Amino acid sequence: MSESVRQRVNHFIDLVVVTLWKTFEEFVFEVGHMVRFAGYSLRSFFRKPWRFKEFIQQMEFIGNKSIFIVVLTGTFTGMALSFQVYLGFKLVNATSLTGPIVAMGIARELGPVLTGLIVAARAGGAMAANLGSMRVSEQIDALEVMGVDPEEYLVAPRMWASIVALPLLTGVFDFVAMIGSYFLCIRVLEMDEAIFWDKTALWLNPSHINEGLIKGAVFGFIFSLICTYRGFTTKGGARGVGDATNRGVVLSMVMIIILDFFLMNLIEVYYKMTA
Amino acid sequence: MDKETENAIEIIDLKKSFSEGDYVLNGINLQIPKGKITVIIGFSGTGKSVLLKHILGLLRPTAGSIKILGKDISQMSDSDTVAMRKHFGVLFQYAALFDDMTVLENVQFPLKEHRKDLSKAQIKDIAYEKLRQSGLDEKHYNKLPGEVSGGMRKRCGLARALALDPDILIYDEPTTGLDPVLTEMVDNLILSTHNHKEDTASLVVSHDLHAAFRIGDYVAMLDSGKVLLHGPPKVFLESDNPLVARFVSKGVNKK
Repeated sequence: MSESVRQRVNHFIDLVVVTLWKTFEEFVFEVGHMVRFAGYSLRSFFRKPWRFKEFIQQMEFIGNKSIFIVVLTGTFTGMALSFQVYLGFKLVNATSLTGPIVAMGIARELGPVLTGLIVAARAGGAMAANLGSMRVSEQIDALEVMGVDPEEYLVAPRMWASIVALPLLTGVFDFVAMIGSYFLCIRVLEMDEAIFWDKTALWLNPSHINEGLIKGAVFGFIFSLICTYRGFTTKGGARGVGDATNRGVVLSMVMIIILDFFLMNLIEVYYKMTA
Repeated sequence: MDKETENAIEIIDLKKSFSEGDYVLNGINLQIPKGKITVIIGFSGTGKSVLLKHILGLLRPTAGSIKILGKDISQMSDSDTVAMRKHFGVLFQYAALFDDMTVLENVQFPLKEHRKDLSKAQIKDIAYEKLRQSGLDEKHYNKLPGEVSGGMRKRCGLARALALDPDILIYDEPTTGLDPVLTEMVDNLILSTHNHKEDTASLVVSHDLHAAFRIGDYVAMLDSGKVLLHGPPKVFLESDNPLVARFVSKGVNKK
């Protein structure tokens, strides 16, 4: 290898190492910043002045206004999943297990994950866009110079409302999904109603439902943290708001799916340890 | 009255660096007296906005100090800084009104946040008074900021800035991007507001030299993070500093 080629290879390696290191540094800095942002905002909710009115407004926005889409998605997910599970179990002559398997799948996985994804797209996107436009139009600066803590006034009610609303919406999703499953299995596929409910009651534990609700709360925290952080740190004009919204929603969805896997294992380990 | 209390703001050898060795503010010394209008002018990128953020306690200096009403804001805890900000009223460049609140609610907001001793009716009365003082017609009070003109938004922004009867009024580029008629309206508004409460210190950050001469008791010109010239407007006309002369000639020609 000639000297000039060696120099170019070395230069390329240097460039790659430096770029990777800088990216890693930025990542660590951003994660650190987000942790501080989350900790400060969550704590500030318990300091005076109480932001109960803002919390209720956010609960209405995140919770009430998501119910319709959650009900719609939950019903059809319950029906679609039931049909697939039914077809699978029919091959091994075990269709009586359709109800419990659907119930477990909905309560532990699909309920919290799909609810998280739906609400992250709907409310999370709106949060990032709202805070982003407040940032670029100096409304957040205005709050600060008026002696109002913007994290306490804007971020904390959104985060806590998401943490509380998501498990409730997950519960709604679980309920309507089972109604959808019941409708398909009993009314369309003409399965035995007593067996459907008996088997479901036999196999579905309250711990499965709790697992989904805990996941819902964690997903609520994650998407609200990512979206409020993105909105709060928006730079530039309208384009910056668009970028913040886009990045907030995409990252929230990816994180919900990744975290679901780890939470599943973590909760399983916890149940085994406490059993 | 001692010297400290005569000055609403006293900036002493203020330095700010965001990256090592590169100073955006490089030893600013400036006094903003009570009862006077001081205008800070300068070319873009000379540190006006950074200086303003220091005065408001949004940035901490690398060196030097800023005394607000005799207290050093650069040494204050976060909670004391927040409390200190209640002495400020700020009119932002684009008014920065909360777009989900009506004009009236915008003015009521700082009162609701900081005057828990007042009843709803009292807060409403004060908001009406400030809106009237800013020259905004009552028929606009229940409109959202997006439904009123730029000039009305400025008036509402000013009414909000006045809501807590601040000791220091700050105008951040109040006439940037406005047409000459609206510019004159805003200048008159600044003058009439100042005359309404004479012990208030008014600080205007602007590019507009014509307006600076018209409304300013004192003008300070920033360049390269330092105060290039500070004094009554006439010292600018008499200055033989080439940069000042260039700024003055551009400002006068523009008009």
